[in-house]
Amino acid sequence: MDWGIILSNTAQSLLSPATMAFALAALGLAVHFGFAGLLNFGIAGFMAVGAYGYAISILTFGLQWWTSALVGIVAAAVFAIIMGVPTLRLRGDYLAIVTIAAAEIVRLLFLTTAFEEVTGSADGLFGYHASFRASNPFPEGTYGFGPWTYNEVEFWVLVIGVVLVALAALFVWRLMNSPWGRVIKGIREDEDAVRALGKNVFSYKIQALIIGGVIAAIGGIVYALPSAVNPNVYMTSLTFFVWTALLLGGAATVFGPLLGAVIFWVLQAFLSSFLPALVASGILPMVSSAQASTLRFVLVGIGLVLLVIFRPQGILGDKRELTFVK
Amino acid sequence: MSSRESSQSPEKTTNLHVGTIEPGVKKIDPIITVDDVRRQFGGLTAVDVEHLEIPRGVITALIGPNGAGKTTLFNILTGFDKPNAGKWTFDGKNIAGVSAFKLAQMGQVRTFQLTKALGLLTVLENMKLGAKSQKGESFFFSLFPFFWRKQDAEIGEKAMVLLKKFKLEEKKDEFAASLSGGQRKLLEMARALMSDPELVMLDEPMAGVNPALTQSLLDHILDLKKEGMTVLFVEHDMHMVSHIADWVVVLAEGRVVAEGPPKEVMRNPAVIDAYLGSHQDIDLGIVTGRIPKNTPKLS
Repeated sequence: MDWGIILSNTAQSLLSPATMAFALAALGLAVHFGFAGLLNFGIAGFMAVGAYGYAISILTFGLQWWTSALVGIVAAAVFAIIMGVPTLRLRGDYLAIVTIAAAEIVRLLFLTTAFEEVTGSADGLFGYHASFRASNPFPEGTYGFGPWTYNEVEFWVLVIGVVLVALAALFVWRLMNSPWGRVIKGIREDEDAVRALGKNVFSYKIQALIIGGVIAAIGGIVYALPSAVNPNVYMTSLTFFVWTALLLGGAATVFGPLLGAVIFWVLQAFLSSFLPALVASGILPMVSSAQASTLRFVLVGIGLVLLVIFRPQGILGDKRELTFVK
Repeated sequence: MSSRESSQSPEKTTNLHVGTIEPGVKKIDPIITVDDVRRQFGGLTAVDVEHLEIPRGVITALIGPNGAGKTTLFNILTGFDKPNAGKWTFDGKNIAGVSAFKLAQMGQVRTFQLTKALGLLTVLENMKLGAKSQKGESFFFSLFPFFWRKQDAEIGEKAMVLLKKFKLEEKKDEFAASLSGGQRKLLEMARALMSDPELVMLDEPMAGVNPALTQSLLDHILDLKKEGMTVLFVEHDMHMVSHIADWVVVLAEGRVVAEGPPKEVMRNPAVIDAYLGSHQDIDLGIVTGRIPKNTPKLS
């Protein structure tokens, strides 16, 4: 067993684009579920809208990378409005049903061959990096140290990702510690009570849905920045991975989703190197090495179940919340 | 009620009406008027009020047996439910179809029968949420604390004054979920007062409150009147109603069957029939006039 490779893979995932994408998506979900109480099971849809909005704007319309990113963000806001207007007046569970369906509709629309010229159908979209790479301020070379060694392109992605995660966290923290956040949290607890106090609950819920959706779409864009956009990424399982990251860290916290995303990916990276290595050295019997790498998803599922039972408020959640879980 | 309490009996406001006292009588200065409001749930008519006026600046009680439509009428007046027909005004303005949050902004605030404390917000946050026109509650301004920090501090001071009055100041940093049932009732009432309302509507403020707390809740309600607010409340406890209400409206099967000052209402045979229950064997429909009196009784 080569511990060097296992540990280096694990360490790398700490700062991978996927980790930062998950951190952003989980933060957006925290705004939805943790703070506003909106049961959104379509976070993968928001990420897909962001990523496709970005890639299509570059490939089909020839926009600059940052204008394209803006297009992705606006598209996610529009998506939130389309989903929210008919459902936010209804009880919370309806939003869950609509979001999970809407995310699938979005994915299938990107997958269908009807729009192949624009969406690339099952092949997805790739080769949209020219504009992004041209704007790279870092000269050619290697940056970083140890497992965190990058070329200039990877480093540019990393910088953008870290800055976006930091800005998003600051933004959400600021919002949730303001009177606006107080109303949002009040709505989570009991929207009729908040309505009786003269707040336009529907408007606040739409705002929360848009803000969380936009943050998740930025996550989708960060996910797409270094590589390609593929419809198979944005399956319902992505939604539940983001949920796992969120619940791991703490749903009603700002830094919980970030911590959750990091732990999720570090564990994933560790298990995907460690389990096959166990099989190769004969310690894990009756499992092939292909099975071993999917075993990690089983472990993630078990982990999520244990977490929800034994620490429903997440790692960074307020202990007092546990006493009053309804 | 003990003699000690009745000796401290609050002064009642009288002369609120014009003409003979009968259901739907005109008031000298009504804050709410209701006309032909009807609410049906399928075949059941929950509320069918021809005319009703709620007097301003006094305490009005809405009483009636279970299922009389008190809470439904309450929900309609506060915009939480929409009737099938009818119109109603608040402060002279037609408010039919106006949404609940706008009504609250207009100065009409309510509490709920099942207390709605916002459990995972602290007591102080609950209070602050009650204040109206907060700059920091708009998305844009909330991002820049210098726009709202001063106002938020003022709201906090006001909240502390109210919390002290309601004896909850030591709980200010606790989650509202950790309060007892009675304390939650107090918090809900205090929170409603944060908006400086003109009309306070309390849905069964005494339900599930222990006797010791009842007295202090009564005093709080009387204080509202002293401070110039109008109070409309739903209640089952007749002692409490006769103790503090200046005017009583009796609902049965969705209709106003009687109204008037508490002492007179309690002597009204229709009320005794419908609510206090001296003729429990008579169908409620006979009392309300839905069924003609000479209909033979079943069995």
